[in-house]
Amino acid sequence: MITIVDYGVGNLFSLGCSLKKVGAPCRISPDPELIASSEGLILPGVGAFGDAADKLRDTGLGESVREYAASGRPLLGICLGMQLLFEDSWEFGHHTGLGLIPGSVRSLAERTQGLKIPHMGWNRLDITRGGGILGSLRGENYMYFVHSFYADCPDEYVTSYTEYGFPVTASVQKDNVYGCQFHPEKSSESGLRILAEFCDIVRKGEL
Amino acid sequence: MLTKRIIPCLDVRYGRVVKGVNFQNLSDIASPVDLARHYSSSGADELVFYDITASAEGRKLFSDILTETAANVFIPLTVGGGINTTEDFERVLNCGADKVSVNSGAIRRPELIREASRLYGSQCVVLSVDIKRVGGVFRVFSKGGREDTGMEAMEWIRRGADLGAGEIVVNSIDTDGVKNGFDIEMLQAVCDTVPELPVIASGGAGSIEDFIALFRQVPRIDAGLAASVFHSGQIPIDVLKRHLREDGVNVRIQEAFE
Repeated sequence: MITIVDYGVGNLFSLGCSLKKVGAPCRISPDPELIASSEGLILPGVGAFGDAADKLRDTGLGESVREYAASGRPLLGICLGMQLLFEDSWEFGHHTGLGLIPGSVRSLAERTQGLKIPHMGWNRLDITRGGGILGSLRGENYMYFVHSFYADCPDEYVTSYTEYGFPVTASVQKDNVYGCQFHPEKSSESGLRILAEFCDIVRKGEL
Repeated sequence: MLTKRIIPCLDVRYGRVVKGVNFQNLSDIASPVDLARHYSSSGADELVFYDITASAEGRKLFSDILTETAANVFIPLTVGGGINTTEDFERVLNCGADKVSVNSGAIRRPELIREASRLYGSQCVVLSVDIKRVGGVFRVFSKGGREDTGMEAMEWIRRGADLGAGEIVVNSIDTDGVKNGFDIEMLQAVCDTVPELPVIASGGAGSIEDFIALFRQVPRIDAGLAASVFHSGQIPIDVLKRHLREDGVNVRIQEAFE
């Protein structure tokens, strides 16, 4: 069973529906015991990094997610949920993340030279390392992005970029920890393929 | 780079799409859910659902339809019509909307924009503006374009942006329904007024050439929105996008997965 971590950030309705659509049973829950017993975990999130990091810390759910990840089972962070996987963020001050992937979250505006912020809309994925959650994508794939900050991390963890004034980290992987900056649950067929692939990875882990 | 978006707009009354929908292959052409699914699979980048009912029961039906759509269609959904309070935002966001568009409600009480953007983020708040030339001046109209507010449009849009709106939909009453092309002059003025925000063009689309002209003549426009040319089947979205791409406009073309 996949658990979507509900820590009071954003609306999880669409995400739940999209997992149902790809045939994966899931539950939306803030329960640490359910998180600990999951075969797959999704960390969602919208809004500000600082608020979300505070909620993860105050509820103890951050620690639950870290313990889960240490067990080697698959974890997927989406949008702000991906950014939270990194060590820290410079969004309105300095905040500490979960530290599951080396790197920092920084402002897009510092590098996009006058492009509109947030980076909102459909943008093409430039895959640098296939496989993983990108395993079933073919040809051109566009994803739906809504964000003003990006993950600045070593190339070895980046599996795809998207061009927005500079190559912006679009998806990452470090061992069993996956992340995507875009919203797969809003990215039509291409996005559903990514979720289906993640569910597949979860299923294979169950064998 | 971000692609230019193509957005069909669905007017919904009592759970049904109004305005002549004419698709042979849809079993129920007035079903918002079926139509949304059809548009999504033909490459629409986003959908706008406009609630044109005023009664409580109509609103309940609209919420149900929206929930069902969001459970089946996985592209961004924007909802407008009758949004006057942050409770209205909450209601449609809980049904799976990604963005909420305000128009008359924000004209009556501009603070709505600030309140909503603080609660849900600017990216969630779309300011939709109906504009008509009156004596050579761009003026804001309210109540579905029936009432002249007396406000100068660019001042209102600038104010909306400063209050926290994250996107602007410009509907030109002068070109709406005429199908003779988008209002290039008006759209250019809006792009100059809020260069930092995405701007969506609405009103006037009659042909594929009109969309090409829009994106070529106003390069900063982010999206083109239309209703009847899509509903009538006159412009299939996949055909439109192929033409746009051939003409050098950056658009998303959905890979056909088997």
